[in-house]
Amino acid sequence: MKKLINDPRRVVEEAVAGFEAAHGDLVAVSHDPIYITRKDAPRQGKVALVSGGGSGHEPLHGGFVGFGMLDAAVPGPVFTSPTPDPILAATKAVDGGAGVLHIVKNYTGDVLNFETAADLAAADGIDVQTVIVDDDVAVKDSLYTAGRRGVAGTVLVEKIAGAAAERGDDLAAVAAIATRVNSVTRSMGVALTPCVVPHAGEPSFVLADDEIEIGIGIHGEPGRERIKIEPADAIVDRILAPILDDLPFASGDKVLLFVNGLGGTPQVELYIVFRRAAEALAERGITVSRTLVGNFVTSLEMQGMSITVMKLDDELEQLWDAPVDTAALRWGR
Amino acid sequence: MTLNTDWAVRWIKGSAAVVSEHRVELITLDREIGDGDHGENLDRGFSAVLPKLDDLPTDASPGDALKLVATTLISTVGGAAGPLYGTAYLKAAGAVAGQAELDGAALVAMLTAARDGIVLRGKAEAGDKTMVDAWTPAVDAAAKGLAAGLDEAAILDAAASAAEAGARATEPLVARKGRASYLGERAIGHRDPGAQSSALLLRVAADAAAGA
Repeated sequence: MKKLINDPRRVVEEAVAGFEAAHGDLVAVSHDPIYITRKDAPRQGKVALVSGGGSGHEPLHGGFVGFGMLDAAVPGPVFTSPTPDPILAATKAVDGGAGVLHIVKNYTGDVLNFETAADLAAADGIDVQTVIVDDDVAVKDSLYTAGRRGVAGTVLVEKIAGAAAERGDDLAAVAAIATRVNSVTRSMGVALTPCVVPHAGEPSFVLADDEIEIGIGIHGEPGRERIKIEPADAIVDRILAPILDDLPFASGDKVLLFVNGLGGTPQVELYIVFRRAAEALAERGITVSRTLVGNFVTSLEMQGMSITVMKLDDELEQLWDAPVDTAALRWGR
Repeated sequence: MTLNTDWAVRWIKGSAAVVSEHRVELITLDREIGDGDHGENLDRGFSAVLPKLDDLPTDASPGDALKLVATTLISTVGGAAGPLYGTAYLKAAGAVAGQAELDGAALVAMLTAARDGIVLRGKAEAGDKTMVDAWTPAVDAAAKGLAAGLDEAAILDAAASAAEAGARATEPLVARKGRASYLGERAIGHRDPGAQSSALLLRVAADAAAGA
């Protein structure tokens, strides 16, 4: 497997150094421990948002640090949650006295490390609340699993909660908005190829040339089933149905439709997917009023995509439209 | 004979060596039903412990050494294994705090506290295909060994053997906690990497006692 790396053990630190060199106008970077903050952090009186998780999903989360979104991102090793130390350090660095919201994707490691960091921050007198994102409908939420995974919907939670914090909402209100976004957001993905974790050097799973994995997780975890490749429209219909049935979304709803590339799929294919997804929503009487297309929550070089649908109301729509100024999302300012 | 700080240090150094030696095996097990980082993360954690052993005061107790492992693993391992193992060593250290020499009863209390710490953090039960499936039989075997009058080295040997059997017994299970739980029946036939690393670490504890 060919990769543009120097040393598998230095992937995250070299990438973060590059991110700092490229986006020093927006962010400041701590190298030991590693975390990324808004350049103007801490903002006094504003609720601060901190997210993080394993690296390999870029631009998540560092690409979303800046005005109107995250105050800090904590990148762990590739596909591995950061430890509590950098999470705590980032939390302290961005706390402006109004409390800190931790936005955590629902994976056992992320949840445990953020939980430990939140306990330590609370012991230092910082008010921390946590919102767990679990938008993936591919896996069952039951007593018999660790619960649904957090995937591409995380971007929507970070954007909208970030806008709420920017307009001056207090910690409880920002946490409530983030929880509300998660509760009206559903996602599912599909993989055409596996990805290779740099330090492992081997594909995380094996797919035959003509096979795809329906319901893939963003670390290559398997989903619902493995099937033969089909035309794009058929694949879209196959993953859109469980998304829409789950909430459920109904005729008359207005939604944000988000087609997310997993890293190795070209934009031209993402738009083919978007075309069918928008058409299928229209067939069901669902109005697409906001859109997002691109590589936002990736899985290294994996080919594939995920579809995310969020049910909008006027407030969520306004918060989505509010100005944002980050490396990966930027409008209105 | 009782177990002292020399034993704890031998256990810790041996743990670093065995994790390094089995790094690829643990990565492979984890890639099959998880995300392929278990061997890498544990190797990073135990490698970070080694240089810190030199800073242990000369009058350090076994509990002090275990606490050093706990704080280092929590701050270096990440993933789920960091908080889980970190909590295990922290609770183990707490159970024997201040004791310069551990007798059989202290040893059983230490292993029990470690297992309870993992259960508390991870909320997993026996049969969920996790580390708990190695630790619970190990604790049970240690308690039985103590009741039967075995010495400390023999108690640890019994615990390690039970953990190894427990790790093997995770192979036919469906996972109900952790990332492997998303696999459903596809996890069947694969050994849990956390149970496997737990068995490796307990075997090193026994070897360190046998060599005493």
